[in-house]
Amino acid sequence: MSTSNYPRHWKRPPQIIQHPGWRLGLGIAAMVYLVLAIGSLEIDWQRVSIGLERGQRFVVGFLQPDFVSRQRDIVQGLSESLTMTLTSTVVGILISIPIGIGAARNLTPRPVYLVCRSIIAVSRSLQEIIIAIFLVAMFGFGPFAGFLTLAFATIGFLAKLLADDIEEASHAQLEAIHATGASWWQMINYAVEPQVLPRLIGLSLYRLDINFRESAVIGIVGAGGIGATLNTAIDRYEYDSAGAILLIIIAIVMVSEYTSGLVRKWVQ
Amino acid sequence: MLTLKGLSKTYRTGDSALNEVSFTVPGGQIVGLIGPSGAGKSTLIRCINRLVEPTAGQVLLGNIDLTRLGGAGLRTQRRRIGMIFQEYALVERLTVMENVLSGRLGYVPFWRSWTRRFPAEDIQRAWALLDRVGLMAHANKRADALSGGQRQRVGIARALAQEPELLLIDEPTASLDPRTSRQIMRLLTDICAERHLPAIVNIHDVPLAKQFVQRLIGLRAGQVVFDGAPQALDEAMLTHIYGEEDWQPAAPEEDDAPPEPTITDARALVS
Repeated sequence: MSTSNYPRHWKRPPQIIQHPGWRLGLGIAAMVYLVLAIGSLEIDWQRVSIGLERGQRFVVGFLQPDFVSRQRDIVQGLSESLTMTLTSTVVGILISIPIGIGAARNLTPRPVYLVCRSIIAVSRSLQEIIIAIFLVAMFGFGPFAGFLTLAFATIGFLAKLLADDIEEASHAQLEAIHATGASWWQMINYAVEPQVLPRLIGLSLYRLDINFRESAVIGIVGAGGIGATLNTAIDRYEYDSAGAILLIIIAIVMVSEYTSGLVRKWVQ
Repeated sequence: MLTLKGLSKTYRTGDSALNEVSFTVPGGQIVGLIGPSGAGKSTLIRCINRLVEPTAGQVLLGNIDLTRLGGAGLRTQRRRIGMIFQEYALVERLTVMENVLSGRLGYVPFWRSWTRRFPAEDIQRAWALLDRVGLMAHANKRADALSGGQRQRVGIARALAQEPELLLIDEPTASLDPRTSRQIMRLLTDICAERHLPAIVNIHDVPLAKQFVQRLIGLRAGQVVFDGAPQALDEAMLTHIYGEEDWQPAAPEEDDAPPEPTITDARALVS
């Protein structure tokens, strides 16, 4: 068969914005905004140089970390943080599971779905630090406020991802269990749980990671833990102790990242 | 015995999926349900165990009208109806044994199923069924470790674990090779004969259906347009059900045969 009669060129038609005028207009608008935005930045080079100098001292402290002189504070802060992390993650997971199931459109009636999704939305819309400031004001300085903050934040994270995972679960498997005459609880146990459990375990470990990192951050606003210790060290210009604390945080995060990766692979 | 009376389903979008479907299936008979995609085959069998809610009509299993039930009553009746699925629909991360035992969920309380402490006779029945479908050795494997034909056997064992009085079978061979398809169909027909079970099989492979079932029902646009012995299904009837096509076995079995090349059209595209 001769192909000489067929056209020799083909161009991919635009997929997202089809009208050429809109494409050009949006492109120009983005460029103009970028130029204006960059023009409005005020860069004070003097402050930059002072900052760099301070940063240098920090790096020097980092290179000669001092684990010893503040050892007691560090150990106490660390154990507070780890306690806070573990308890808040466990409590958060326990509360997340029912909310996550409730927020899965394919399992629950509309009103329950809406309530659970709103709880998730509230929890997700507030950043950890804001919740921490609020709870520190309510319950005073210390790890209890931190524990509540992290448990609350865990709900938004875990319940949402669990609910999304359940909604993506294989419908055929749910239908098959449904067809045997199983009750709702039996369906959760036999059709939903096997499909989402490995991911739930993975996400829980991931959240444990996050909660440890967050525990260092919210300590700065008064919620106890290693963050408070770090904040004190920086306030006292003890960059060598601060460096030691940062190194410990990095080490712990790396270890937990690695182990959680192993566990996730294992449960698949 | 299963009787459908004027079964209709109209979706909320206004699409009519089933229109006044009525027929009776006596015990031991396998009915093949054929028809083009979208004819309502899948909706029909799901209206019987009410995974899809029919809008009108009656479904009588024995002398109980399934369309009038709700909640616990519906669950107890669903136990009487075993369902076998396209793509098997096994819970992949559960073991083969758990999948078979899940056929008993309608009979046992939650705590028993949750702790996997099924009654001894259920476990015994499950072993017997696994033996019947030839999978005794695979009981502790995860369902996703099995081949397609083996998975469908587990699906059959799960449905039979319900001690059903009716089997609903949705495209049982859709993802199986021709030989395995025949083995599965033979197993299904043998089991229905042994247990004197009525069964409805959705099947798109007409020659396969003709080989194994005693009765065919042709569905087109939600209506029964053929109901009779497989021998009575001639080319005129196939055309009536599926639309115009060359039904000679020599013809290539392609759904979408390419049209004749139209060079003028190609020219028009770029001009």
